[in-house]
Amino acid sequence: MDQFVINLIFVGASFALYIGIAIWARAGSTSDFYAASRGVNPVVNGAATAADWMSAASFISMAGLIAAVGYGNSTFLMGWTGGYVILALLLAPYLRKFGRFTVPDFIGDRFYSQTARLVAVISLLVMSITYVIGQMTGAAVAFSRFLEVDNTTGLFIASAVVFCYAVLGGMKGITYTQLAQYCVLIVAYTIPAVFISLQLTGNPLPQLGLFSTHTASGQPLLQTLNEVLMDLGFNDYTGNHGSTFNMVLFTLSLMIGTAGLPHVIIRFFTVPKVADARTSAGWALVFIALLYTVAPAVGAMARLNIITTLWPQGIEGEPLAFDEKPDWMLNWERTGLLRFEDLNGDGLIQYYNAANPPQRAIDEGWEGNEMVLFNNDILVLANPEIANLPGWVIGLIAAGGLAAALSTAAGLLLAISSAVSHDLIKSIINPGISEKSELLAARISMAFAIALATYLGLNPPGFAAQVVALAFGLAAASLFPAIMMGIFSKKMNSSGAIAGMIVGLGSTILYIFTYLGWFFIPGTNMLPNTPDNWLGAGLGMGISPLSFGAVGAALNFITAFIVMKLTAPVPTEIEELVESIRVPKGAGAAVDH
Amino acid sequence: MSDLSTDAYWKANVRIITICMVIWALVSFGFGIVLRPLLAGIPIGGTDLGFWFAQQGSMLTFIALVFYYRSYMNKLDAKFGVEE
Repeated sequence: MDQFVINLIFVGASFALYIGIAIWARAGSTSDFYAASRGVNPVVNGAATAADWMSAASFISMAGLIAAVGYGNSTFLMGWTGGYVILALLLAPYLRKFGRFTVPDFIGDRFYSQTARLVAVISLLVMSITYVIGQMTGAAVAFSRFLEVDNTTGLFIASAVVFCYAVLGGMKGITYTQLAQYCVLIVAYTIPAVFISLQLTGNPLPQLGLFSTHTASGQPLLQTLNEVLMDLGFNDYTGNHGSTFNMVLFTLSLMIGTAGLPHVIIRFFTVPKVADARTSAGWALVFIALLYTVAPAVGAMARLNIITTLWPQGIEGEPLAFDEKPDWMLNWERTGLLRFEDLNGDGLIQYYNAANPPQRAIDEGWEGNEMVLFNNDILVLANPEIANLPGWVIGLIAAGGLAAALSTAAGLLLAISSAVSHDLIKSIINPGISEKSELLAARISMAFAIALATYLGLNPPGFAAQVVALAFGLAAASLFPAIMMGIFSKKMNSSGAIAGMIVGLGSTILYIFTYLGWFFIPGTNMLPNTPDNWLGAGLGMGISPLSFGAVGAALNFITAFIVMKLTAPVPTEIEELVESIRVPKGAGAAVDH
Repeated sequence: MSDLSTDAYWKANVRIITICMVIWALVSFGFGIVLRPLLAGIPIGGTDLGFWFAQQGSMLTFIALVFYYRSYMNKLDAKFGVEE
């Protein structure tokens, strides 16, 4: 059967499943729409959280990022899972006990201030909208490669499907589609990884295969990879070639950024009890780790496979000839994400590190690296083809990539629409609104959010990639400290929290724009984005703009405590509120107010 | 629940959170990054233990921590009579 038809069957069947679930799980009340009536089983919520969290970035990009750098990019693995420990221990149980629908709800009530609520709404909208752009463009890439439709058509199909289940079902529809999407994406990710691990090491578990003996060379896989890479002039895979300080800071920023992302936090409002919120966070981490422990194996094995493809007679032999390129290279060259050029005109692909070509490259008449472009994002999607796996595995990867992008998009769209209908319209503009009108407002704002996301997906700002760093930085520096102080400090008052959020938000935006340009417009950066210009470079501890979220969070905490000391103390009833969210009893009763 | 036992419950909670977070930092920032050179002598599958912690061990420890905290808190809730 034609590969296109197979892809169509897999993607079509998965979409039919999502729409079927949407019709079954329609939302009838605002509690259904915002929090699935708090009736979600904690294990189901764990799987839905995992799908909500694992975006196109986790599914499509992460293994490619690890493959490109090796050890240095372990930051993504530790950062994006470590955040769940923070969530489970420091945030989720108390927010569930508080028992409202949104993150600005908590911040507004705990800090008894509409200003605090508004600052939270603004942070939430900025980070969620920037994040959703990435999901829509990720979905478009998967569509254009696997369904051979152009980006625009692909985006419209994706938006229509999300519209069906998100607008109809709200959180209830999203939860059960996310459960289905988790199953699709984890199967799609794991099957090729198991095949490849078997091919290379004979061990079916990729997590163990990564540290096993490479069958072809008879020595450990990672040792072979290190040797091959160094022969080609690259850094070894397992060594640390970056700044340890920034590695720590970047990991910390990713961890607290993860814990501060509103679309993840609101998932914990859907379970019945505080104890369920703790359980649910544990299961979410298990389901996430199923993919995240496989990803480094996928990265290392794919990197080795690509090199083996480019050097069919072994690394000492002659490289691959241009007219013998396998089909996957031709397929991906058509997408513009992979490019070869015969720079020295000898008909062979010389692939070496351009910055450090080994002597043998020069002896062969080296004119530059002839794999001119290899976009990291194609690694996971092309993985089954690189390893010569059957056509149905490729169809599965297509459905999995789309599941990852759509499930995250739906979660973000819900966070955006509830911030608008619940926090802006119901809490700030028109408190007298009826439940029926609020539900309608939630659906209309969801539809608007989808239209906006589609528009931004069609006309992506050139800076989409950097903006995701901004989203994490903002979550780390604004929402996370405010929520944490709201729970762990009874004395934190409104002035302290607002000042802290503004300083955290402002300093992070300022630092990122200083090095990456105002609103990411090239050429408007005030300092060059190089390590010797970063703050702290003189002390040997330059802070990368991507790692600044942790520093912004620290500034937020410090400012909040100083301002708190200088301003009016917190009212007694707020101290009582904090005492009540610290004990689990009564969360079931705190459902609908 | 009296203020006294609320305080005792919260103190016990903060204590277990602190212990868990120390382990959380030790396996990721510690073994995975800063202390990796100290673990360089322990080989594992072509590399060293620090690399394993960075790409596998830290995540497995995180899971264990969250489930340990969950069961500890369930017992603590029952002891103080604040469970649901």
